[in-house]
Amino acid sequence: MAEAHPVGFQWVMEAKKRGAKVFHVDPRFTRTSALADTYLPIRAGTDIALLGGVVRYILENELDFREYVLAYTNAASIVSERFVDTEDLDGLFSGYQPETASYDQTSWQYEGQERNGGEDTAKERDSAAGLRHESHGMPVPGQPPQDETLQHPRCVYQILKRHFSRYTPEMVERVCGVPKEKFLELARAWTENSGRERTGALVYSVGWTQHSVGVQYIRTGAIIQTLLGNIGRPGGGILALRGHASIQGSTDIPTLFNLLPGYLPMPHHADHVTFDDWVDSISQPGKKGFWGNSRAFAASLLKAYWGDAATPENDFCYGYMPRMTGDHGTYQQVLNMIDGKIKGYFLLGQNPAVGSAHGRAQRLGMANLDWLVVRDLFMIESATFWKNGPEVETGEIVPQECRTEVFFLPAASHVEKEGTFTQTQRLLQWREKALDPPGDARSELWFFYHLGRRLREKLAGSTHPRDRALLDLAWDYPTHGPLVEPSAEAVLREINGYDTVTNRPLAGFTEARDDGSTAIGCWIYSGVYADDVNQAARRRSRHEQDWVAAEWGWAWPANRRTLYNRASADPQGRPWSERKKYVWWDPEAGEWTGYDVPDFEKTKPPTYRPPDGASGPEAIAGDDPFIMQSDGKAWLYVPSGVLDGPMPTHYEPAESPLRNPMYGQQANPTRKVYPHPVNRINPSPPEAHSGVFPYVFTVSRLTEHHTAGGMSRNVRPLAELQPEMFVEVSPELAAEVGLSHLGWAHMVSGRAVIEAKVLVTDRLTPLRVDGRIIHQLWLPYHFGSEGLVTGDSANDLFGITLDPNVLIQESKVGTCDVRPGRRPTGPALLDMVADYQRRAGLTVEHRTPLATTDAAGERGEDA
Amino acid sequence: MGLRTFIQGWPVYRQLTGTDPLGRGAAAQSARSAELTARTETADSMARSVCPYCAVGCGQKVYVSDGRVTQIEGDPDSPISRGRLCPKGSASKSLVTSPLRQTTVRYRRPYATEWEDLDLDTALDMIADRVLAAREETWEDVDDEGRPLNRTLGISSLGGATLDNEENYLIKKLFTAMGALQIENQARI
Ligand code: SF4
Repeated sequence: MAEAHPVGFQWVMEAKKRGAKVFHVDPRFTRTSALADTYLPIRAGTDIALLGGVVRYILENELDFREYVLAYTNAASIVSERFVDTEDLDGLFSGYQPETASYDQTSWQYEGQERNGGEDTAKERDSAAGLRHESHGMPVPGQPPQDETLQHPRCVYQILKRHFSRYTPEMVERVCGVPKEKFLELARAWTENSGRERTGALVYSVGWTQHSVGVQYIRTGAIIQTLLGNIGRPGGGILALRGHASIQGSTDIPTLFNLLPGYLPMPHHADHVTFDDWVDSISQPGKKGFWGNSRAFAASLLKAYWGDAATPENDFCYGYMPRMTGDHGTYQQVLNMIDGKIKGYFLLGQNPAVGSAHGRAQRLGMANLDWLVVRDLFMIESATFWKNGPEVETGEIVPQECRTEVFFLPAASHVEKEGTFTQTQRLLQWREKALDPPGDARSELWFFYHLGRRLREKLAGSTHPRDRALLDLAWDYPTHGPLVEPSAEAVLREINGYDTVTNRPLAGFTEARDDGSTAIGCWIYSGVYADDVNQAARRRSRHEQDWVAAEWGWAWPANRRTLYNRASADPQGRPWSERKKYVWWDPEAGEWTGYDVPDFEKTKPPTYRPPDGASGPEAIAGDDPFIMQSDGKAWLYVPSGVLDGPMPTHYEPAESPLRNPMYGQQANPTRKVYPHPVNRINPSPPEAHSGVFPYVFTVSRLTEHHTAGGMSRNVRPLAELQPEMFVEVSPELAAEVGLSHLGWAHMVSGRAVIEAKVLVTDRLTPLRVDGRIIHQLWLPYHFGSEGLVTGDSANDLFGITLDPNVLIQESKVGTCDVRPGRRPTGPALLDMVADYQRRAGLTVEHRTPLATTDAAGERGEDA
Repeated sequence: MGLRTFIQGWPVYRQLTGTDPLGRGAAAQSARSAELTARTETADSMARSVCPYCAVGCGQKVYVSDGRVTQIEGDPDSPISRGRLCPKGSASKSLVTSPLRQTTVRYRRPYATEWEDLDLDTALDMIADRVLAAREETWEDVDDEGRPLNRTLGISSLGGATLDNEENYLIKKLFTAMGALQIENQARI
């Protein structure tokens, strides 16, 4: 955090000054470790084992915040008797289907609700359905049986206890390489600093998501924080440090294939044929919780898209919507580019040649397009792959034979346009424009508005049904100035939503209607333009308001700064303690009040109990704080919605030098794999030849560079501060391989070989894992062939294997070999990779086995 | 200048006797620096902005004189950053004023070995034509069972995490109406 989010780290230091204990877990000792109370080196890819150890520590010693757990979580819910745990199936859960490498979740359901789990989870994997749960959980029908004593062998509490029983301190040490004493120090401090009087925070950087079990990493953290009562309370929470100025915004208003604004799903051709199919799949009529209103959100979105053409009679032009049939994610696209299936590609401030996994696949894909549009501030590697890329050096891309037509369009910088970024805590901040962009540089707003205008002009008069969606689009934004720049405020106003009759901006999403009387571009952002005021532009100084600073920018939803803050009060609505007071029930006024906007219906009393047969928000009781969950509870156990298991389980990374010490099942049995000649995955036990790639490598950021380097390698002071690609190795590894400090090394994987200067440092330490010494290497991933400072790209080493829930690649851990000296160049480089592939058995036909235990044959639920 | 004035003018003297014992303020000021004014004071305008790098969202003040960015510094009013910027945020002025920034459209013909110039308006028109052609060639109306697809898988897009919400909104809206499903950004990576 001190390295990649330095200014955010000031708050950790503030907390430390006030007595907080800071623990830092990382494969490498960094500036964060230097300032922490305790540093725990860890083997990359084993975080579930470590955190699972903490879960076990809490449960075995009954250190959970029992009142919170009983009232606010599903700990007491009883699970189906057909459920079989990883304890009994060698690392698999019941319902595993080897043919599709996915789970039938029927047996994971609560007792009496077994019919709820029948979704085709292979299909959900392809559409990254897990991402929809960024704002809410899956629906569950009605209240399952409960055991408030938590003694029933099939209640969630007991199931969790049994599931994590083997995550002992000894096992943590054996799997993660974290000494037992250090682990216990962490577990003790975490539990001692949680409860009524104290809270603890878990902070992760989004490298956590870049694992084949990334979602389950975060789930394990969520289980701990829920058991300890650290959610929805001040000083608690799980804080994701995201890496781009508006990456949260680009998830909320998604430039993603499977989502529409506000986490509405992109329609699927088979499941969402009609508007009603689509809407009912979101709102689940008859079920509990706030998603009951989603018909109004969906209708209002289509109304914002198609304006006057969208009417209740024509289902708001739902018929225009494109449909998914499977996986249309960025990695599938790249492989399709290599296979010649894609004609054109837009790159908008993104540099996949350096920033995405498997750089060579990225570049080969771009070299096989009809056309490519690159919009950026600088001439990045993704614009010049045909000229300066590593494949030109090896002869794989020959400029005279490469047909891709490339348009480079200069972009406006952040000071040359106005608009909002959404930072990592869901806070929207409006930026004022300082000056016009230079020369041909333009904002994306300009580019897409005028591209759309031109497409519509060219199609005018068309009688093709497919052109109606473009011709009927509501696309008349006001423009201003000599550049004819569209008004960003007008777009933000549409995102907020307005009354289609009076044109009044809506005050919030509770005003959404499903009759065409409201249009809302992104329902969770509704309120950002309340009272016809740009709320994101608010800049009341921190000196002039309290510590919650509710008048600085605007946070979704409804300007709430801490989600689920109803949980900061006890079931009766009183603060858990004076020290940790945040939001509470005021019986005199008959409403919720506090420092933040209460995340609860303002006048619903703590004593409210839903009438029989209630659905939607009405069905949420006055002491159910988790209002976006269909039962109002935090889920320790997830009966559906997480595709690789109802509870997290330690699996080895897709590429590992070790056999999984915990189960016969080696790696995530449901991970998304792409068998393709370009995508050779290094062998791991129990496969043969894993010794060809004996070392573990991980990558991350330098303080002075930014992701793929476009915005830092072209900037003098930053380039000067970190001028060269390098690899960090421990003195022990340097001695073993014969590397010398400031000399060269090259790293080889089944995809690529790259070189780097060697930094021998005890920031990396060999770990004793399962009786062996494991060496880890660390590389920054910012370098490429363009800019003021250049170097080989670390991401070239990775193959493509994805988390099944969100289709994010495993690019924080892989295996490689390392050798002293510089890499070969030209065709000799390809020979070297081919030689490694041959020795490792990575033929074109090679397939990594997904299930590695005999239990895969058993169906589990019959066992 | 008398001896007394000379001694009293000495920074160390001022530091020991004045109100600035650490010598980080008035005591360290020379006659020359006392006469200087900060760029921020004489700027023609100041825009309140946000750092474009990571998602912490540090506040920035962007000063402009004579149509040029002359200074970018942390916004002390921000409850997030309290006026601080890290090395990247502090380099924002160098980012936006970098001589390496491309300011004209560049075009590479198929099979060419070099870039050429191209007029922005022509480029936009050519891109619009290519979008329509790709759409035409790869359009899918319905699936095998006659259910609607309304899409093209011939067009891809990647990017958004460095852009504004308003920009992402227009991108998603336009691509959806074009039937172009395959849009992605850093959040998938
Ligand atoms: S100044 Fe540094 S910490 Fe702050 S937003 Fe920019 S990059 Fe992030």
